[in-house]
Amino acid sequence: MKWHVLRPLWVAIGLVGLILVSRQFLVPDDFGVHGRNFTYGYHRLSNIQEWKDFPVKYRGRESCVECHEENVSMLNASSHEPVECENCHGPAVNHPDDKELLPLDTRRELCLRCHAFLDYPNSDRGELMSIEDKRHKRRYECIKCHNPHDPKEDME
Amino acid sequence: MTCSRRDFLKDSVGGTLASVLPMSAFTLLSQAEAEAAIAESKVRWAFLVDTTKCVGCGLCVKACKNENEIPYDAAVTRTWVERYVITKDGETHIDSPMGGRDGFIDDKIRDEEIDPEDIDKAFFVPKLCNQCDNPACVQVCPVGATYQTHDGVVLIDRDWCIGCGYCIMACPYGVRFFHPEQKVADKCNFCYHRISKGMQPACVECCSFGARRIANLKDPDDPVTKIIRTERVAVLKDEYGTKPHVFYLGLDAGVR
Repeated sequence: MKWHVLRPLWVAIGLVGLILVSRQFLVPDDFGVHGRNFTYGYHRLSNIQEWKDFPVKYRGRESCVECHEENVSMLNASSHEPVECENCHGPAVNHPDDKELLPLDTRRELCLRCHAFLDYPNSDRGELMSIEDKRHKRRYECIKCHNPHDPKEDME
Repeated sequence: MTCSRRDFLKDSVGGTLASVLPMSAFTLLSQAEAEAAIAESKVRWAFLVDTTKCVGCGLCVKACKNENEIPYDAAVTRTWVERYVITKDGETHIDSPMGGRDGFIDDKIRDEEIDPEDIDKAFFVPKLCNQCDNPACVQVCPVGATYQTHDGVVLIDRDWCIGCGYCIMACPYGVRFFHPEQKVADKCNFCYHRISKGMQPACVECCSFGARRIANLKDPDDPVTKIIRTERVAVLKDEYGTKPHVFYLGLDAGVR
């Protein structure tokens, strides 16, 4: 068996063996087919739990109401009821444990997201109570006159 | 060719080893593992977008970026809102500045002034990952870093992704992007950390108009599932055969 073709063959087989052996150490134990088949479910199983453990930042008004009952009930009774607290106050994250004050966005641009008039037929946007940005008290923040927790309060 | 007994034994042992070694690449599943792998999940997440309700405030995009730690000022986002303005001359004007992160407060589209008199129809279309049943992005991943979970959501393993970008190219909906900080592929996962705790995705929670809703298609009593089953819903790019699971109410034919 002294055939020169065999020598690179042994090297190739050796390399394959080396890869297969090192694979045993490098690939995590939970790596394999976990979904419906190899095409869609070949992955590291523990990654699913890692995603589930991703930190939640938006906690919803159920968490706000625990301390700010007055504001939440005022909001709930107003036409701004569908607007989440955190849309303007920013995500609660661990408030109040490590973030004592939330960064309240009082800019005009925040209100204009819904209330800048766009003349669009067949779109609900055209039907929202809105202003023409360039014509309506340009230099002021909206909250100077309007109370976002009860926007109709000062409108009568 | 002659063969001594010694050579015969040597070659037999060598040959057996060479053929058995590759077998170690396969793993044998125990019965419990095999059953778990084919067990039916009780959850199949899907999404319902009501384009007739969207007003283009972009608060969903803002919430998504904050919730999922996507760099706020980078031009990448997991969900975005597109504005379509179709004028009487048949032209379709589309824009989505910064993915609609700051809403649409100007009637100019790409610096173009459009006379309201010329508008036939105008509407907003929120977009996000379709969590396809046949996700093209998963098929092309060379390392097994992206996969479909039992409940239908496609996830990306950030420790395993090598950032080759094949999946970004493969997605027909363009929902994948390269995360500038994590240096891996990234996309919407229906806020997997929230839905698996019984919460709503951040974009759904922050939508004031009910334009975005999440559904469990395997639960026939789910109110959103009932809408998807009984009303006239459409999906994007059906012709690709990816079986997308984001359903749209009031989807215009002009939406691409």
